[in-house]
Amino acid sequence: MAEIIKKATRESFGEALCELAETNKDIVVFDADLAAATKTGVFKKAFPERFFDCGIAEGNMIGVAAGMAASGKIPVAASFAMFATGRAFEQIRNSVAYPRLNVKIAGSHAGISTGEDGATHQCIEDIGIMRAIPNMMVLNPADHWEMKAATKAALEYDGPVYIRLGRLAIDSFNDPETYEFELGKGITLHEGSDVTVIATGLVVNEALKAVRELEAEGISARLINIHTIKPIDRDIIIKAAKETGRIITVEEHNVVGGLADAVSEVVTEECPVKITRIGVQDCFGYSGPAWELLDEFGLTQPHIAKVIREVVASK
Amino acid sequence: MDSSEIKQLQILATKARMGAILGTYHAKSGHPGGSLSAADIFAYLYEKELHVDPKNPDWENRDRFVLSKGHCCPSLYAVLALKGFFSWNELTTLRHVGAMLQGHPDMKKTPGIDMSTGSLGQGISAACGMALAAKLDKKDYRVYTLLGDGEVEEGQVWEAAMFAAHNKLDNLVVMVDQNGLQIDGTVDEVAGIEPLDKKFEAFGFEVVKIDGHDFEQIKAALDKAKTVKGKPTAILAKTIKGKGVSFMENQVGWHGTAPNKEQYEQATAELQAELDRLEASC
Repeated sequence: MAEIIKKATRESFGEALCELAETNKDIVVFDADLAAATKTGVFKKAFPERFFDCGIAEGNMIGVAAGMAASGKIPVAASFAMFATGRAFEQIRNSVAYPRLNVKIAGSHAGISTGEDGATHQCIEDIGIMRAIPNMMVLNPADHWEMKAATKAALEYDGPVYIRLGRLAIDSFNDPETYEFELGKGITLHEGSDVTVIATGLVVNEALKAVRELEAEGISARLINIHTIKPIDRDIIIKAAKETGRIITVEEHNVVGGLADAVSEVVTEECPVKITRIGVQDCFGYSGPAWELLDEFGLTQPHIAKVIREVVASK
Repeated sequence: MDSSEIKQLQILATKARMGAILGTYHAKSGHPGGSLSAADIFAYLYEKELHVDPKNPDWENRDRFVLSKGHCCPSLYAVLALKGFFSWNELTTLRHVGAMLQGHPDMKKTPGIDMSTGSLGQGISAACGMALAAKLDKKDYRVYTLLGDGEVEEGQVWEAAMFAAHNKLDNLVVMVDQNGLQIDGTVDEVAGIEPLDKKFEAFGFEVVKIDGHDFEQIKAALDKAKTVKGKPTAILAKTIKGKGVSFMENQVGWHGTAPNKEQYEQATAELQAELDRLEASC
């Protein structure tokens, strides 16, 4: 068992940026007055000449990043997921994705685990918004090691990428000795034959604890971690649908537009099975401590385990 | 500039206007009004100002031009064709399925187009990014962008203006094609922007006001911009929308309407007469 590292993925992202920028001099970083929160501030400290604070002006930040990319740089533009993908949606769509410029957009404080700031800052639509844009790759890493690997892969990939970062410190579950990250490839974290749980991002570890708990009860639940929401790993989903006959999706995002829809699109085309969607049920969040909110929204181990039990019982 | 140089610029601009009429006529859509108001600026930029190479349009040390008012690309396409970036015949398939020349500029499809634009307010930010990249790489290329006067109603323009001044982008020239008209009426009626010179000054720009159809003034303003250190320059160019075609001048309706066959023939005849006059006096 690998050592557990408790860290927010935004911190892992900031660390990875600094490591990669050491050798890749083309990496430049932009923020919109949230560098301390998105953790691009770490980069700012290490490489001040390659860091630009655009102030509270996200639309311009994305446009400037596009111009930088058109001039051969590898810009990373960070803000809260809400403002990066919401406020600047159209700049991302028209100035970055349409010309397929090499801009990486980092959306921090994604999901309801943003916590006390409440609904205006808890972005539950970013995956849906970004996924709907042609040419856009969408990444949602689940722990420290995955975020570091995903950041490296995103910066090595030539094209627009959206990467989702969390505010909340969470336990790592991957083992850096054996962990392998490949863009567009899902990872089977737990084998099972009764049902398949497909999870993404911050709640993958909760799903992992749930399927392990249920093993003792004789329920065989497969768990797939989807770190790349787009392009999604169709093969791993179709195989799971065929072999287990039922799917449960788990995401810290609206069930409209996110992982649930991405999985449904694959399954309905290839192998229709019933899908149960765990996530934010098309409503806004509210203020509260992150773990209390995750519990309220049914995104913690006991709730996920309960749904799995019900689905298997209904088969 | 001597009088023959000015005449050459006038000839290029007149041909660019003919190209804009040709393109929008064949497309049965597009934006002739602003294409005609900006034609003299395009002609000067590509004939005299920009260090670009039509044979190597992606040359990394080239000057950049971002048409932030992307809808006025028909006359820009015509100038690019006349300068050898691609064939003049491309203008006859403007906006057609599979065409190199899209309804709004596409940097991935069209040689000589430095940025994909069309959604107003966005080009100026990309131009800031290019100017900043030049500073970062210690390169001496310059970046030019042209905005519409309706376009400056977009908040992003002022986000970008603040960014340009804050980062001391003295290698950036922001030009505004002040033809005074936008889709819903005159700029003054729709959402007044004046005093635009004081706005840009307050945002930290060196500001020059010119007649955008006077090549001497265009040259003087761009020459001055090269001497300004530590801040960007805004050139506010007063123009006539529809310039050069009698029935299109100062008419709101010609913002986004293509000429029909009769109008195409009349516009082309007028421009041809102007071209003949200019060439005869050379």
